[in-house]
Amino acid sequence: MSNPPRPRLAVWKFASCDGCQLSLLDCEEELLALAEKVEIGYFLEASRKTLPGPYDLSLVEGSITTPEDAERIQEVRRASRKLVTIGACATAGGIQALRNFARIGDFLSAVYASPEYIQTLDRSTPIAAHVPVDFELQGCPIHRFQLLEVISAFLSGRSPAIPHYSVCLECKRAGHPCVLVARGTPCLGPVTHAGCGAICPGYARGCYGCYGPMESPNPPSLSLRWRALGASERDLHRVFRTFNAAAAPFRRESEAHAD
Amino acid sequence: MPTKKLSLEALARVEGEGSLELFLHDGKVETARLRIFEPPRFFEAFLRGRAAAEVPDIVARICGICPVAYQMSAVHALEHGLGVVVDGPLRLLRRLLYCGEWIESHVLHIVLLHAPDFLGYPDAIAISRDHRAEVERALALKRAGNEIVRVLGGREIHPINVRVGGFYRLPSPAELSALRARLERAREEAVALLRWVATFPMPEYQRDYEFIALRHPSEYPMNEGEIASSRGLSLAPEEFDTAFEERHLPHSTALYCSLRERGSYLVGPLARYNLNFDRLPPSIQAHAREAGLGPTCHNPFQSILVRSVEVLFACEEALRLLSLYEPPEAPALPLPRGAGEGHAATEAPRGLLYHRYRFDAEGTIEQARIVPPTSQNQASIEEDLRLLAESLLALPEESLRARCEQAIRNYDPCISCSTHFLRLRIHGR
Repeated sequence: MSNPPRPRLAVWKFASCDGCQLSLLDCEEELLALAEKVEIGYFLEASRKTLPGPYDLSLVEGSITTPEDAERIQEVRRASRKLVTIGACATAGGIQALRNFARIGDFLSAVYASPEYIQTLDRSTPIAAHVPVDFELQGCPIHRFQLLEVISAFLSGRSPAIPHYSVCLECKRAGHPCVLVARGTPCLGPVTHAGCGAICPGYARGCYGCYGPMESPNPPSLSLRWRALGASERDLHRVFRTFNAAAAPFRRESEAHAD
Repeated sequence: MPTKKLSLEALARVEGEGSLELFLHDGKVETARLRIFEPPRFFEAFLRGRAAAEVPDIVARICGICPVAYQMSAVHALEHGLGVVVDGPLRLLRRLLYCGEWIESHVLHIVLLHAPDFLGYPDAIAISRDHRAEVERALALKRAGNEIVRVLGGREIHPINVRVGGFYRLPSPAELSALRARLERAREEAVALLRWVATFPMPEYQRDYEFIALRHPSEYPMNEGEIASSRGLSLAPEEFDTAFEERHLPHSTALYCSLRERGSYLVGPLARYNLNFDRLPPSIQAHAREAGLGPTCHNPFQSILVRSVEVLFACEEALRLLSLYEPPEAPALPLPRGAGEGHAATEAPRGLLYHRYRFDAEGTIEQARIVPPTSQNQASIEEDLRLLAESLLALPEESLRARCEQAIRNYDPCISCSTHFLRLRIHGR
């Protein structure tokens, strides 16, 4: 008797640090179990065996930064039944979206002796700017338990149970005293998407926003509070301009404060 | 006879994207090119204008596989620029954190990326169908490395607890005692991993590399030391530019780093081992000998064995550090204000990682320079491939491709860092 066909999984990489697909390899205990549930069709970091599409679920890491990649994402979309972006690069353009606020020629000549050898776009854009996306998993890096939730949800045909509230709720649940209220430490937690488990306040520092904006945040209000704690305009400009710099609520808030 | 080309399309099981092109002429390999087509991400450009305090969080994002290495080189370089020396228990905790990264990154490479080449499987999942216990034990060992990084760094990928001057929060006695118990088991798992890897079939191949690694007066190097070479070079990290130069070649988005007037060299576990065997504790030396290694090793395929020795060393070292730890008064040293320029080199799992920063009196970064291990090894990888491919040209294309991929993975190249994955194109066959 033969087993029913397993859903085919693909993992794709664009401009990124590999940290989010590493979250999958970091599922040490769950990795072999997962490999029994799905057929890995394309996952170059893990296997040289590649199977043809269509893929039931494609996980996409990284942002679009080259003309070639802008073409390749179209092929990935065509070959995928469901497409989920994993991480801040694929979902918001990533840290490399800092180029969106500068002249790309200045960046090229700062890093490369022969910029003419480099093919690159002047902007780093999220996957959703190019193709329809079925779900976006935020985080720099994503959390492996959230990734497993997203994979199991898509494999069983339901919506992933990923909360859209702020880091503050996770902080309360973890029992951390509020670093902003109790210690006067500037913290982005109130406007930042939950998912990390409120690590930074647990390590006595403010959240630096690596999960990007929560649903309906109010960054201007948080900036007022930061200013009362002594943050300069420049600090506010920079703090919203990191790993999710191009996500609209963070972009607008950074632009509201002069460099 | 015209020049012909052979290409290896899509290199799997490396971190990042690259391809290999072999140019053949009259049955000889004229040129081997490792093309890195990872999109450039411009870290050195956008570090300019950032606050020094932000640097450890930003540079972590260069690589999800070895963020600790980037953080360690960065904080050491910035502290060097400020004239601050982090010593005592804080230094010990940093070394412990680095042990965690060596363990998780090395085991990832040994088992998930490299072992399939030696055993003839497409991936580790396929290996696990025949060798379930070995793979499960190795994954448990990898988890132990991640545990160290999580406790000291806050999380495994892109740690949040590293700062210039020390840490944000010190680990609690309960966290450290749980780590100690976990590492006792990890040491046994590491011995088993080394013994398993020692049974892998090893291709015969030797090359006379110039090895470059840090050398420390008393320790197997991680965070500190002179930059030493197997041909007599000895430099302080701030003298990096006097000995090394970076060039930009058209076929790669990674810069090539070479020794001025001497050319290619090799960094990474093999280099560390060859230059620092005497710094390994006698018990680790004995395990290395039992695995078939001498005090020196010139076969790049044996790097998988050397990595396994380093995993065992990192477990032992982590236990030793834990037994010495006394909590310091504060999680970080106070930092002076002022402009400066600082240099540092540390030993990332895949080799020497050099950082330099110049900053103004406000601590704003004016200039950043980062030389990752893969760009230093790129020329050596190409030379290995040229020499190796030449001796294997009679093989069927699939076997040739497999052996070339294996040779590239000897280096554990982290192509995301250099600005990952191989396409073989053979031109001329």
